Amino acid sequence: MFELSREHEEFRRTVAEFATAEVAPYAAQWDRDHHFPVDTVRKMGELGLFGLTAPEEYGGAGLTGADGGFTSLCLAIEELGRVDQSMGITLEAAVGLGINPILTFGTDEQKATWLPDLVAGRAVAGFGLTEPGAGSDAGATRTRAVLDGEEWVVDGAKQFITNSGSEITSLVTVTARTGSRSVQRDGATVEKPEISTIIVPAGTPGFTAEKAYDKLGWHASDTHPLSFEGARVPAENLLGERGRGYAQFLATLDDGRVAIAALAVGCIQACLDMSLEYAGQRQTFGGPIGRKQGVAFQLADLETMLRAARLLTYSAAAMKDAGAPVAAFKQAAAIAKLHATESAVSATRIATQVFGGYGFMEEYPVARFYRDAKVLEIGEGTSEVQRMLIARGLGLPVE
Amino acid sequence: MNIVVCVKHVPDATADRKFESDNTVDREGVDGLLSELDEYAVEQALQLREKRSDEEISVTALTVGPAKAADAVRKALQMGADKGVHVSDDAIAGSDYLGTSLVLAKAIEKIGSEQKVDLVVFGMASTDASGGVVPAMVAERLGLPQVTLASVIESQGDQVRIKRDGDTATEVIGATLPIVLSVTDQSGEARYPSFKGIMAAKKKPVESYSLSDLGVEASEVGAEAAYSAVEEATARPPRTAGEIVTDEDGSGATALAEFLASKKFI
Ligand SMILES: Cc1cc2nc3c(=O)[nH]c(=O)nc-3n(C[C@H](O)[C@H](O)[C@H](O)COP(=O)(O)OP(=O)(O)OC[C@H]3O[C@@H](n4cnc5c(N)ncnc54)[C@H](O)[C@@H]3O)c2cc1C
Repeated sequence: MFELSREHEEFRRTVAEFATAEVAPYAAQWDRDHHFPVDTVRKMGELGLFGLTAPEEYGGAGLTGADGGFTSLCLAIEELGRVDQSMGITLEAAVGLGINPILTFGTDEQKATWLPDLVAGRAVAGFGLTEPGAGSDAGATRTRAVLDGEEWVVDGAKQFITNSGSEITSLVTVTARTGSRSVQRDGATVEKPEISTIIVPAGTPGFTAEKAYDKLGWHASDTHPLSFEGARVPAENLLGERGRGYAQFLATLDDGRVAIAALAVGCIQACLDMSLEYAGQRQTFGGPIGRKQGVAFQLADLETMLRAARLLTYSAAAMKDAGAPVAAFKQAAAIAKLHATESAVSATRIATQVFGGYGFMEEYPVARFYRDAKVLEIGEGTSEVQRMLIARGLGLPVE
Repeated sequence: MNIVVCVKHVPDATADRKFESDNTVDREGVDGLLSELDEYAVEQALQLREKRSDEEISVTALTVGPAKAADAVRKALQMGADKGVHVSDDAIAGSDYLGTSLVLAKAIEKIGSEQKVDLVVFGMASTDASGGVVPAMVAERLGLPQVTLASVIESQGDQVRIKRDGDTATEVIGATLPIVLSVTDQSGEARYPSFKGIMAAKKKPVESYSLSDLGVEASEVGAEAAYSAVEEATARPPRTAGEIVTDEDGSGATALAEFLASKKFI
């Protein structure tokens, strides 16, 4: 049987206490105001949530796989997501897309410059991959970076970038074409774009985080379109190897899928908790609605979804912590993301149904979860992309 | 400097509380946790250690209670205390404030026999019994000054200054270490343990003492030695439907006032 350690359970309780006291009471207001709560992010930093998987020299907890560092991050995301999906994704993106690329591919100097503030939650960073014409097909990046003497000159546009335009955003890492290479394909020579990753600090002239999106959900999460017009950054802002930008991005993606699955688990748990309470209270035809099979069976489905999603998620996280072979972990991550996020969307549909007309009213959190859930099936690889990966993992030559 | 923080393991107030057949609180069969009010004490001890980082300061969390009470020590260690002491003995069950304070005082003396204890910190009361008298009793037994109900604590060298907020005035009290201090829930929010703290706590030393280790006779503590006994315990009655005053002819205010007066609220 798969079980979390006592320490992990204690940590879960700590984050749950934090989420209940510091996040839950304000989540509805932040959602209404589309407000990114900088002070709360800072408190999450004080609790060490951004540094769970970062080394001590940058202010992190210095946890290893043996300590279950990645599992602890997933627990934190789940517990925040149980009360507020926006804060869950803020943490997930800040670590997975903000900190991890720098931690994994950065030079000592880049790490020393950027990580301490990111790890402390004094700053967040975004990762700009998606473009108006490049989403699932991230290789279709059009943004360009040209080396002009000692500087990269970045031109182009990114879209849907999380944590990219808040008042504490310190940088965005962007993928950009830095040239092209001739490669042989099917006997012919084709030009393949060379994609690299470049760190663009906030405040760089020519780099603008445009007005935040009006989104269906995740209102308290910071998402912007970005534009780059002759934005100049030093040559040493190249992150990792030139020409390896896309490959580097792919390498950090699997962790993010498990983390999104954890966020989905938090959503399903919230749906179950809210529905269970309501089913015991709401009276129709002389008794609580939970007595009607039509409602009770839906709650049974929620519990079943929750268990399955949780097992898939945390066994994938445990594989990561245990250093499982890449191919096996990739498959587990894609399966966890696919199943947990699709379950979360179903769970919010069930929960709103259990709440009847009240489920459609913003005065109950159920409505917010309903709006927030949908994007789980889209961000960090759509469900279709996960299915494609899983099928490939089965050895099918899916294009 | 050697600081001892006394922490109590209490039943979770959000769970169903139960009583044993002798009307003492069931401490084994219910979920428990470190009394919230004691978290403030741990926090103040840790802040003192942090503020005086140029000194060698050790914080020991001390609890008296059954096996499960070790969780209270663990929580204090997770928050950042350096070591723990857990006094456990079947004979302690059912002790009143006097019995508990005796065991605590003896345990503090034992800790002090290795390195002098400069400061003993308590919360203002426990969240289960809410007596708030144990700090004073321990101070008396140890022959130390008691500086209680502090909302602000400042220290320099061996001098400690606290603020105590009363109903009509705030008192500022100065004392010279060693002292027994109790802190209120206004002294500053307690920190949450980080995952790093939780992992680190696994490796911190916890000593277990029995009554004989402390030189306390079983007959001095426990329900038998207690000066008070709980005769009966009744669960709070469920809330009943209130009385609704319908105001049809303008007599509502009078009816309301009469009701409040009959309950002695006004
Ligand atoms: C709130 C939010 C935050 C985001 N944050 C970030 C961020 O921080 N950084 C970042 O880089 N991106 C971010 N994204 C972008 C996100 O990763 C993309 O939206 C996602 O990858 C899908 O890309 P797309 O929108 O271009 O859709 P498309 O790729 O155009 O897909 C359209 C549809 O076609 C399907 N499809 C596409 N290709 C295939 C295929 N080969 N087989 C089968 N079906 C296919 C898709 O599954 C989808 O249903 C965010 C998005 C949102 C909504």
